[in-house]
Amino acid sequence: MSLLEIDGLGVRIGDKALVRDLSFQLGAGELLGLIGPNGAGKSTVVKAIAQLLRYQGQMRLQGMAIDTLPGRERAQRLAYLSQDDPIQWPISVRDLVGLGRHPYRGSWWRGGGRPSTADRDAVESALRATDAWSLRERRFTELSGGERARARLARALAVEAPLILADEPFAALDPRHQLQVMALLREQCRRGVSVVLVLHDLTLASRFCDRLLLLHQGARFAIGSASEVLSSDNLREVYGIRAVMGEYQEQGYILPWSCEPSASVTPEAGQRATATVTPP
Amino acid sequence: MRNLSLNLLLLALLLALSVLSLRFGDAPLSLGEVIAGLFATGSEEQRLIVQEIRLPRVALAWLVGLSLGASGAALQGLLRNPLAEPGLLGISASAGLGAVVALYFGLTALSLWILPASAMLFALLATSTLYALTRAGSTNLTLILAGVALSSLAGALTSLALNLSPNPADLQDIILWLLGSISDRSFDDVRLCLPFVLIGLGLLLVSAPALDVLALGEGEASSLGVDVARLRGLIIVGSALSVGATVAVTGTIGFVGLVVPHLLRRFVNYRPGRLLLASALGGAVLVLAADIALRLLDTPKELMLGVVTALIGAPFFLALVLRSRRDML
Repeated sequence: MSLLEIDGLGVRIGDKALVRDLSFQLGAGELLGLIGPNGAGKSTVVKAIAQLLRYQGQMRLQGMAIDTLPGRERAQRLAYLSQDDPIQWPISVRDLVGLGRHPYRGSWWRGGGRPSTADRDAVESALRATDAWSLRERRFTELSGGERARARLARALAVEAPLILADEPFAALDPRHQLQVMALLREQCRRGVSVVLVLHDLTLASRFCDRLLLLHQGARFAIGSASEVLSSDNLREVYGIRAVMGEYQEQGYILPWSCEPSASVTPEAGQRATATVTPP
Repeated sequence: MRNLSLNLLLLALLLALSVLSLRFGDAPLSLGEVIAGLFATGSEEQRLIVQEIRLPRVALAWLVGLSLGASGAALQGLLRNPLAEPGLLGISASAGLGAVVALYFGLTALSLWILPASAMLFALLATSTLYALTRAGSTNLTLILAGVALSSLAGALTSLALNLSPNPADLQDIILWLLGSISDRSFDDVRLCLPFVLIGLGLLLVSAPALDVLALGEGEASSLGVDVARLRGLIIVGSALSVGATVAVTGTIGFVGLVVPHLLRRFVNYRPGRLLLASALGGAVLVLAADIALRLLDTPKELMLGVVTALIGAPFFLALVLRSRRDML
């Protein structure tokens, strides 16, 4: 059985369709890369799965309709990492990661304020998994970009959810940290966690993801293995680029090389989806 | 544990200051005389001074301080902005306008409760307006400017009411009240705001755990099971009730909600939710201390509490802005 089944997902803002009739399934332990040009609807899809937007269509997580799950149960099954990093307060990394245990918190009138042993264990293993254990006493706002990404990822891992939704977790990272984060997500998948990852780097996508979902103007353009999805025809049509493709150590790489002069410019290109968060 | 000991420390300080506040005044009393007055075992004069004059003043200092401290911390957490504060954002001024409107149109003759009700309603309007602005993706700077605009508007309308006021005696009363003071108040005043302050504080305090999670941003907080709309409602209504009700009784007392959370934040590891209770207690400590200080100062006329907090708070605000100006713009 699939962990996540999405059937006919549509998101509209006003009369503009950001995502149209999107269906796909995600297996347990699968790393699905969500790719596509700016404005293709990648973030919108992830936000819709996280129940942050109004949408049409059906979504089932572990066989249950997500939108009917109580907030707390949904929160235990799904961890979401947003694209931006809006943390303003210099809270410690340990406290930050501890926030990932909020879905397990008891009500205050039942003395739920204190972290349980399970909470402490989850925080520690999340910090160790992301190699952020040594950062635990540091203040989040004093961390470098790479350290921040690891701390935020640890926060998501502390939820111990079977599904992680990560929206460009390495937008501001150098190549080494990008590789580190990818290896980390890969390791989570090996342990049975499923990941939906929005990313732009086509080589990372083809190397680390089990399958790729290529979005174009809010609709599914292609889904499958990297070799099927990242064909020169698809790259030309969707991104309007020519790319150099090759193999190194039996793995494919893709270097975007030049703009395709005859490519049809997508009207949405370059515009970020400005959908607002609506509480479920 | 550390958090608990901070709150206990603040509580102990608050109790000690309360006793001091009962002792000082035009007729200083010894500790024994204060106790005698409290339990009505001494002279009638002692009982009168302690129970009728100074005790309501202490009670109001608590209520004002708790309201402003908790609202300041809660609004800073909700708007994720360390400069948010009921006074700076125009919530206090709006509540003041609400009270003046009730007085000006003589609505208080209908029922005494109209005064706090009107103040709370105006405070609610101001808070909701500000929240709507931050939802539309404004920066720190636009938020503060919106607060300044709201303050100015409320101030202008208050001035208009004063300008048109037919009765000079009323005018004098309203101006004195607008300056912000907790002296010469009775238990009637305490009773008028107590229920709303308690409800408001309750709403603010139950929002604490969710407020911690909101540090991650609305999207991630929502994904962790925080009902962001409910949290927003709790804080907007909680601040409006507690600040509105106290302003109706004491006038506007500024900057407490800015200074106190800022001083205490480091002791709660910068967690916005944990800051709430500490900041409430700290607010009461500050208001009580300021109220004692202005009685000890040898001024020709007793200073108004709102004047003193503004004199302390405004330079503090300026320093805070200068220090964080790079982040603001």
